[in-house]
Amino acid sequence: MTEITADEFVGRGNKEGADLFREWFDGLAEHAKRGEGAAYVFVMGSMAELLHVFDFPLVLPEITSLQTAVRRVADKYLAEAEDYGYSPDICGYVKADMAVQLRGGDHPMGRIPKPAIAVMTNACNTYIKWAEIWERMYGTPLFVIDVPATRQAGGQFQPGSADFERDRKYVEAQIRELIPLCEKVSGKKFDIDRLRETLKYANDMNTGWKRVLELNKSKPSLFNAVTDGTVYLGVSNNLRGTEKGSTFFKNLVEEMEYKAAHGIGTQIVEKYRLGFVGVPCYPIFRRFSEMFTEWGGNFVHSTYLNFASGGGSMGYEYDVNRPIESLAEGFLISVREAMDNMFHQDRVVIDWVKNYDLDGVVYHPIKSCRTVSTGLADGRRAMMAATDVPSLFIESDMMDKRVVSEAQMKNRADAFFEGLASRREMAKISS
Amino acid sequence: MTNHLFGTWQNQSLEGIFAECRELAENADFPTVKRWRENGGKVLGHFQVYFPEEIAHAAGMLPLKMRGAPVEPTHSDSRFGSYLCSILKTSLELVLSNRVELDMFVTHPICDAARNLAAVWGRNYSYPCQILYLPQNANSKASAEYLCGEYERVKGDIEAVTGTKVTDEALRNSLIVYNENRRLLRQLYEIKRKQPWLVTGFEAYLLMTVGGMILREEHNELLKTAIPLIEARPAKRQDKIRVVFEGGFCEQPPLDLIRAISQSCYIVDDDLLIGLRWILEDVPLEGDLLMNMADAYLEKSSYSPVQHDARKPKEKMLLQRIADSGAEAAIITAAKMCEPGLEDQVTYTKALDEKGIPYFVGEFEENMTSFDSMEIQLETFTENLIFS
Repeated sequence: MTEITADEFVGRGNKEGADLFREWFDGLAEHAKRGEGAAYVFVMGSMAELLHVFDFPLVLPEITSLQTAVRRVADKYLAEAEDYGYSPDICGYVKADMAVQLRGGDHPMGRIPKPAIAVMTNACNTYIKWAEIWERMYGTPLFVIDVPATRQAGGQFQPGSADFERDRKYVEAQIRELIPLCEKVSGKKFDIDRLRETLKYANDMNTGWKRVLELNKSKPSLFNAVTDGTVYLGVSNNLRGTEKGSTFFKNLVEEMEYKAAHGIGTQIVEKYRLGFVGVPCYPIFRRFSEMFTEWGGNFVHSTYLNFASGGGSMGYEYDVNRPIESLAEGFLISVREAMDNMFHQDRVVIDWVKNYDLDGVVYHPIKSCRTVSTGLADGRRAMMAATDVPSLFIESDMMDKRVVSEAQMKNRADAFFEGLASRREMAKISS
Repeated sequence: MTNHLFGTWQNQSLEGIFAECRELAENADFPTVKRWRENGGKVLGHFQVYFPEEIAHAAGMLPLKMRGAPVEPTHSDSRFGSYLCSILKTSLELVLSNRVELDMFVTHPICDAARNLAAVWGRNYSYPCQILYLPQNANSKASAEYLCGEYERVKGDIEAVTGTKVTDEALRNSLIVYNENRRLLRQLYEIKRKQPWLVTGFEAYLLMTVGGMILREEHNELLKTAIPLIEARPAKRQDKIRVVFEGGFCEQPPLDLIRAISQSCYIVDDDLLIGLRWILEDVPLEGDLLMNMADAYLEKSSYSPVQHDARKPKEKMLLQRIADSGAEAAIITAAKMCEPGLEDQVTYTKALDEKGIPYFVGEFEENMTSFDSMEIQLETFTENLIFS
């Protein structure tokens, strides 16, 4: 048996992820070229498991929009949407996508097909407003899967309780209403065995995702939750419920287990283990990360990986013997988890401080996303009251360079690390 | 417990009633709530837009509409980041600064910011702070039953806070009070539409807005006194443009802004505090009352940017509102940083362009204090319409 070398494993996830990402965009461009429509879905509850049964290609406009920022053309797209009438104060993702639509699908990574159907949850209310724009532009049928989330902190309804069953039934009823709409739009009959198959692939991805996040408790940590993690997140969304997605996550777990077993960390010497709360700063994605890695800080976890995976991070496994009922249950639990990571993020972070041995927490609220950002200052106060871990609070945006003040952010990050260093020195002296 | 939390309007002339309402509306110390508490009453604060107040009322609570106030967010600023609408900050400020004391707080997933309030509030207060999930899939056959279950859940929480069981009889009595309140508000709006010279948009707003701060029995008394006085008013018809004001469903424009608009236009219809008028018909008093309320929310209700219902395309609903009120133009506003409002602003203006209906686009903030520029722009807008 041939010994597997580190070269074959280390970095494989990033490379495969990038390739799959490219392939996804190329596939969308092919669909657009043939004039075929796509299912437009969102990262928090994409319903990919069901939509793949009808062979819909999936467009995730949050991802196509953020790519305009990563590729440094977002400013042009935002300006076009604002010229059309959209306010500077609304979500940048919406505006970038609006410009893509006004341009007939023109996108820096390839042409995006038009929406044939839009499926969204209420995990973010902007999803609904956003889809209403397509409804007006194209007459696209919309379907909101209304997912009841945690009503108040600590009050999550658990499976088996009457309250949970009430919520689950509501979600299931909606899924059963979505199926005929999918049949109508796609012209294909629903096939429950295909649903079983996509659920099985989604199970592989969910369990893999959970394991990968757990493995990052290793010291040194194995990947950077903001940079590498975003690549994995892309696959978890774009290829959810597919064989390729399943294979990717199996491989990723293999890579991370290898790295953990051999003490191989990220590309930096890890001095500080950090938690990240919010959404990354895509207009200066690399520089943003460097503000932390230059000081030896690595993000070992982020709420982003939890909520933007639609709660896939909690590793829910569907029961393929009762596919629709289980899809409803898993959907409810996972999307609720996504929401809890935004609204009750203090609880999540306090847990990480202990379990991931954090040295600090970075809060990055953004102008574009009030779902994620509204409660972060208050959540930070709660985290600081409950733990002894320092935190940094920097505001910018995930799309709009006009509100990204790089020099100011860098100053704040530098001061944060100086504080961490001095704290460490003091601890040495007092011990 | 007394029903008169706001007694000063009694035995006043119509102008005196308006003056008293204005005083109460502008009083950020919420004296009616303090009076209620002094008598041992409990208070449920609910954030905009709609809350089934009847349930709290039936348990003997004072339902208080939390819709911000003209105060500086000195305490609440540190609980929020930037880029947020003002109403969130000032609503929390009211409790952090002890101007308002609550026993329960309920918010709704009406927008991405408001939804966070349950968690923010809950981190700062030990009383129940929660979300009431109003269905965002109003077209699902399962929505009414689900909403009824939500109402049942909230009823249980209210009963736990008050120690009072909400009986069917108590709920029916509350529905009678609220049905009457909605009828009276419809009557007030009918006058606005048909004889807007009898009551300005500003005056009607003053009468309506205090409803969120007092018991509805008293609000009904107030309206039953004021409406006949309005109808008997010897006011003359003026040559003013008839407009619909759209954009006041959540954060409220400053009173002086509404007054300024009322000076140059007849506001013949609007969506100001639409939650008070969300249910368009009487809620039936027979059968399963919570189900009746859920059904009314979904099936016999108004529209707003924060509810998705395929049967209510917002621009068509606005065009209908304009047609029903005989308006000649629309004022399309949004609160600063209000995402649903700003997004629908585009939808509205495109539809109005298509129909050739003139409109004025504006943005407001509850704490704004200068209206000169807007007044001049509005005057120019109305003069253009009059002389075009």
